Amino acid sequence: MPRFFFWMAEVMSKKIDAELVKKVAKLSRLELTETEVAEFANQLSAILDYVEKMEQLDTTDVQPLAHCLPISNCLRDDCAKPSLGTEKILENAPDTDGDFFKVPKILD
Amino acid sequence: MENLEYKIIVGLEIHVQLLTKSKMFCSCAISFGERANSRVCPVCVGMPGSLPVMNKKAVELSALAGMALNCKIAKFTKWDRKSYYYPDLPKNYQISQYDLPLAAAGFIEIPLENGQTKTIRITRAHLEEDAGKNLHTTGNFSQVDLNRAGTPLLEIVTEPDLSSAAEVRSLAVELQRIVRYLGVSEADMQKGHMRFEPNVNLHITKDGKEYKTPIAEIKNLNSFRAIERSVDYEVQRQLDEFSRTGITMETGNKTTRGWDDDAGKTVLQREKEEANDYRYFPDPDLVPVEFTDSWLAEIRAGLCEMPIKRQLRFVNEYDLSDYDAGVLTAERTTADFFEEAVKSGGQSKRVCNLLTQVGLKMANEANCSAAELGITAENLAKLAKMADGGQISATAAKTIMEKMTQTADEPKVIAEQLNLIQKNDTAELEVIVEKILAENAKAVEDVKSGGKKSKAAKGFLLGQVMQKTKGRANPKVVAEILERKL
Ligand SMILES: [Zn+2]
Repeated sequence: MPRFFFWMAEVMSKKIDAELVKKVAKLSRLELTETEVAEFANQLSAILDYVEKMEQLDTTDVQPLAHCLPISNCLRDDCAKPSLGTEKILENAPDTDGDFFKVPKILD
Repeated sequence: MENLEYKIIVGLEIHVQLLTKSKMFCSCAISFGERANSRVCPVCVGMPGSLPVMNKKAVELSALAGMALNCKIAKFTKWDRKSYYYPDLPKNYQISQYDLPLAAAGFIEIPLENGQTKTIRITRAHLEEDAGKNLHTTGNFSQVDLNRAGTPLLEIVTEPDLSSAAEVRSLAVELQRIVRYLGVSEADMQKGHMRFEPNVNLHITKDGKEYKTPIAEIKNLNSFRAIERSVDYEVQRQLDEFSRTGITMETGNKTTRGWDDDAGKTVLQREKEEANDYRYFPDPDLVPVEFTDSWLAEIRAGLCEMPIKRQLRFVNEYDLSDYDAGVLTAERTTADFFEEAVKSGGQSKRVCNLLTQVGLKMANEANCSAAELGITAENLAKLAKMADGGQISATAAKTIMEKMTQTADEPKVIAEQLNLIQKNDTAELEVIVEKILAENAKAVEDVKSGGKKSKAAKGFLLGQVMQKTKGRANPKVVAEILERKL
């Protein structure tokens, strides 16, 4: 399913350099060391080079693929079922405050 | 300040909460005011291994709204992930629709103050899921309640065709009417079912040149009053800023502003870095939606006459004022109830008065619609007929209507029970009038003498008859008899 990667077109048009790795890391809230930045720049470039081979294919009559499975309309009826409940859902939370998840102060 | 010539340019982004029982991609019940985090499951918090499944009703309601907004409904539409990090977004992405929205290229007609209508183009309408809620505490932390996370929202985007705060308000009110008519949303502003984000800027003409001010987006408005006030404020603010700094769209940046209702002003919000890098990509967990012709036809059957058209028809067909027609068509059930009563033989203006002056007031107090007061359209028609026929007074009609909410008795029965049937019997009333005239020789003389005193004396005599009959005489009949006798 090589067409699955069509959305990477924009990224593929750029060279993966340290700056782009840092930007993506920041958007993904990842902290990387300079060594890692260099390492990932190389790895990501290699991956993209590999995927770039697809450019050699003629895709004139090929529709962009929205999903890798050839199905649509997986729908359910609008019925409400019991949820997990406050206690249960908070069990895995790193920190709680009463019935709430507790997070660092947010400034809107 | 210099007197500048300018045009106001506003486009709107609107989020409408769809009227479903369960969330968009899981079976958690839609909530308002429940215990925090009680309506949450692995799907709506995005736990690993959980899979979203689309709510059919939400898809259908969105398509129906799209049709009502004269949009083209996409035969093929898909789901995309919009990535950003915020504590109220547990998955770190929102499921939304990016390049293939469910509906596009439509329009909405809005009423203007001068009685005309204006067409505002709709760019697109797409389906997405709501985020949870962050609550700010006095401490150095925030609380998160995810009950709302995953609630289906329809995002509607208009073209920048609005040119005043009043027009923006009008669109908001009209859209509320439409989605309520169709049962697409409860559209309760206080519950946040409709949230508005106007994008405002000005085209200013100065020394024969046109300048465009930087666009300001006002976030999250949830009252009609706030919508109108915030746009008015923003217009003034941008005028002032332009006069002071001359900053234009080309030299300044688009800003995001919040509305401080108490202070009555918009406030600059902190810019999020990399704000618009949402890195949309197709959600691999969700398959596309394809509308077949038969499915679309099924959805289309849910359309009805649009409120603005119905209002106009009420004016023409029932000879009502635009104001009354607007009140009656504000809710579909009220408009249906009115038309049923008229079809059952009630005179339109009389039915309208009973509904607007008594029915809606009671409905408001009982927190229901006028159609849910327990009065049948047939009985309302009968009541209107009695009032028209002079069997009861207008005041009595109100009393009877109030009583009708508590009993299934016909209005005539209630009127008899409460002794509210007017005396129309001329012979009987004539005897009473004779008696009153004999007892009030002075007043009779005043009437006959003519002049200023005459009118007052006539009123006095009429009053006396009404008192004698405990208000049950038909004043029209009494006045006629008086006229004859004097
Ligand atoms: Zn859920």
